Amino acid sequence: MSDSNWLPTAALSALQLRADILAQIREFFAHRSVLEVETPILSHSGTTDPHIESFRTAEEETRYLHTSPEFAMKRLLAAGSGSIYQICKVFRQEEEGARHNPEFTMLEWYRPEMDMEGLINEVDELVRLLLQAHLPLANTRRFSYIEAFAQFVGVHPLKAEVSQLAAAALQHDIHIEMSSDESERDNWLDLLMALVVEPALPRGGPVFIYNYPASQASLAKLDQTDPRLARRFELYLDGLELANGFDELTDADEQARRFAHDRQTRKKNGQPDVPVDHHLIAALEHGMPTCSGVALGLDRLLMLALKAKHIDEALAFSSERA
Amino acid sequence: MASYGSNDLKRGLKIMLDGDPHNITEVEFVKPGKGQAFTRVKVRNLKTGRTIERTFKSNESIEAADVMDTDMQYLYNDGDVWYFMDQDTFDQVGADEKAVGDARPWLKDQDICIVTLWNGVPISVTPPNHVILTVAETEPGVRGDTATGATKPATMETGAVVQVPLFIDIGDVLRIDTRTGEYQSRAKD
Repeated sequence: MSDSNWLPTAALSALQLRADILAQIREFFAHRSVLEVETPILSHSGTTDPHIESFRTAEEETRYLHTSPEFAMKRLLAAGSGSIYQICKVFRQEEEGARHNPEFTMLEWYRPEMDMEGLINEVDELVRLLLQAHLPLANTRRFSYIEAFAQFVGVHPLKAEVSQLAAAALQHDIHIEMSSDESERDNWLDLLMALVVEPALPRGGPVFIYNYPASQASLAKLDQTDPRLARRFELYLDGLELANGFDELTDADEQARRFAHDRQTRKKNGQPDVPVDHHLIAALEHGMPTCSGVALGLDRLLMLALKAKHIDEALAFSSERA
Repeated sequence: MASYGSNDLKRGLKIMLDGDPHNITEVEFVKPGKGQAFTRVKVRNLKTGRTIERTFKSNESIEAADVMDTDMQYLYNDGDVWYFMDQDTFDQVGADEKAVGDARPWLKDQDICIVTLWNGVPISVTPPNHVILTVAETEPGVRGDTATGATKPATMETGAVVQVPLFIDIGDVLRIDTRTGEYQSRAKD
């Protein structure tokens, strides 16, 4: 290792830009009377999501570093907080690459009584506000998940046989050993999303993908008219995933079932078990207002403003130098 | 058998794929939204030189290839086999024609080459970046013509054919860049 590893990975001008963007975000939400909150980073429970691995402490009584402030913020919503936002560091094991750092800054906000379309518009406004000085932005485009797959992969994500998804991957020169069993459908869809759809999305402006398969609902409500779909959306800009949002699940029983299902999947995969956040279930039982929520990766947003190729350029110190 | 987790894959690691050792030349970590993570690599087959793409699910286990690049001195060739010696241990290995491959016309006795060993057996040979070779055959040199940049073919002592300036003669000692196969200069001897 060379001696220059004490140095920041971001230019000092990038840090200035980060500070400016944080100030703009706070102003944006202050104008809209959205309350800034802070919730614990260390928690007794973690996310059960099999695709997200929490860091855990080595103390006798394990604590989990949060992977998103979602559960705690929902408890505030259930307690009557009204609209809230948070800017915080979150932590995810084993996520490292040009677009990933195991510790990253998230902007997460919740809007009671706002529907998913309303929140998509608000995300669009905020992103345009933050980026307007740095890059010209084309018109916002929207594709349903099904439309995106039809247009950029040429398959129907729900109706195609899994073997057709595998064939589509091979056509795009993706070579992977993965079974064509129905149980692997979501993995094939994730693969095609990351390696075929994302690079093919229109560039130059925000692109929202919405109505994900119900199997990828995470913490979103299912669509009332079409239960094969979940009210979830993602924002991409220049092929870079910036934000993930939901029409939030408010049903405590359904939430408990999804947690249980996650834990079964973890067990099947040989992944470590994670205790369920019973406080969240209790809060949902008490009653959480109908609301939409979204999490936006600020380091990625900064990458766009900086025209950076690697996330390290947006971080004072990359994880390697931390 | 040693193995790597797909999350640990890095450029320069050697892995086994389809029964052949490969060198990782590019690594990309991708993860869509909240979904499955994948590691996508570009790898070069160390036996054939062919580059291919491969994608792994996160937490997959990939067999490591016992591949080592070793500096070795080229000794001689007995027709079928090219012999190299490790100068520290004096161990000798024999490389076949396939392993020697494109390095063949650049191999000169006593030069230090990089021999890539897989399970102790040579699978490829990289000659030094620059070699000093004597011209064995070429048309007679033309005196004074150093400005036009015109060239002619010259066959070196090892059999390599190199484009050289017109003033070069048989017996001249030249410095050649083996990566481009280009003449660089006359070597001072």
